[in-house]
Amino acid sequence: MKKYICDVCGWIYDPEVGDPDSGLAPGTKFEDIPDDWECPECGVGKEDFSVLEG
Amino acid sequence: MNITLKDGIDWVGYIDWTVRDFHGYKTESGSTYNAYLIRDEKTALIDAVKAPFVEKYLDHVRALTDLESIDYIVCNHAEPDHSGGLPVAMKACSNAVLVCNAKCKGALEKHYDTADWKWQVVEDGETISLGKRTLSFINTPMVHWPESMFTYVPEDKLLFSMDAFGQHYASAFRFDDEEPLDVILQEAKAYYANIVMLYGRPIAQTMERAAELEIEMIAPSHGVIWRSHIKEVFAAYQKYVVCKPRPKVIVLYATMWKATEQMADAILEGAQECNVEAHLYNVDSTHMTRIATEVLDCAAIAVGSPTLNNSIMPAMAGVLCYLSGLRPTQKQGFAFGSYGWSKRGGPTEIGQAMEAMKIEMVREPIRAQYAPTPEILEECREAGRAMGQYAEQFPAE
Repeated sequence: MKKYICDVCGWIYDPEVGDPDSGLAPGTKFEDIPDDWECPECGVGKEDFSVLEG
Repeated sequence: MNITLKDGIDWVGYIDWTVRDFHGYKTESGSTYNAYLIRDEKTALIDAVKAPFVEKYLDHVRALTDLESIDYIVCNHAEPDHSGGLPVAMKACSNAVLVCNAKCKGALEKHYDTADWKWQVVEDGETISLGKRTLSFINTPMVHWPESMFTYVPEDKLLFSMDAFGQHYASAFRFDDEEPLDVILQEAKAYYANIVMLYGRPIAQTMERAAELEIEMIAPSHGVIWRSHIKEVFAAYQKYVVCKPRPKVIVLYATMWKATEQMADAILEGAQECNVEAHLYNVDSTHMTRIATEVLDCAAIAVGSPTLNNSIMPAMAGVLCYLSGLRPTQKQGFAFGSYGWSKRGGPTEIGQAMEAMKIEMVREPIRAQYAPTPEILEECREAGRAMGQYAEQFPAE
């Protein structure tokens, strides 16, 4: 599963970890995150994330 | 006025005694825009000031050195209260190179005409030697904008912390031990609550990194410089980053014909039966700056509005918009209010807004049609009591 990085603050979404504080269980793919989810660090939406290369 | 932080390092900022509105933050105590001059084999300025005060800033620099001698101007944060003076300063300091990270460069280029500026873009952990001293740069995204950065001088154990640990507080003095500690900690709390409460997570991470540094002095971009009470402001921030609850409840309301106000009073009475601090705020008489500051460390909050035009009172909507953006955590609460004929708006809408803020809702909204009956007021008292009993479990400090 691909990791994604927040273009604004640099926080990395790792699907293996998920974002339990926001109700995203470990194993949740980035594509399956609801649209109203926010970056836990800076509050921007999914549209401001890019695939983490390398 | 003592402006010397360390031998060769001086404050050259501006004290804004008269500002009372800082993009909506009611700055009852004014503010300062702190900038610093470091004179070594090379000369560096740390940050600038708000645009209208740039000439005062340059006068402060000129009193200590020629503007032509400035080799570097470091920009820790692109927000205009610190960067607004840069266009004039970069022109006046004709030999200066603007030092910042890549994100900051991008932000400055969008704010100002930077075509003539010379740049040195630095990475996290990079250093610049000034001779005897070193400038060491630490990226601190979201403390308070994406490009935010600390500059650390290891030889002097001095941290230029930009907005972190700042206070909107105009003072005749520059240092924490020249002012009453309770006053400056209260101003630091208000600043945290109103400016960066939503960034508790990145601030906590930044605090962990800062704890690894040897620090004798913290020089923020606003307010007094910390040199005698670093431990106290660090301890306060450890609580703020998690919105740590104290034995404190808040009753916040708007009212039309005093029905919702009666309910608020009854909730407060119930809470006052417990061993807690119980606060009552009408959004029409209390500015949202104060409300956000009080919400930061409360354990529970009751929010009330009557129904107006099938919605809520606009002043309360404004406060809720502000609070929801600041994202307080670890709070319990409930909604209350009177209504006329519509099931929508009023207490229902307040409850939905609180839920959206992730406040743990302990009960359904308390509703009174037109005016509260004695039974409804007793229900309010009971809900206030329950809120107080919940808050009692938290330590006062």
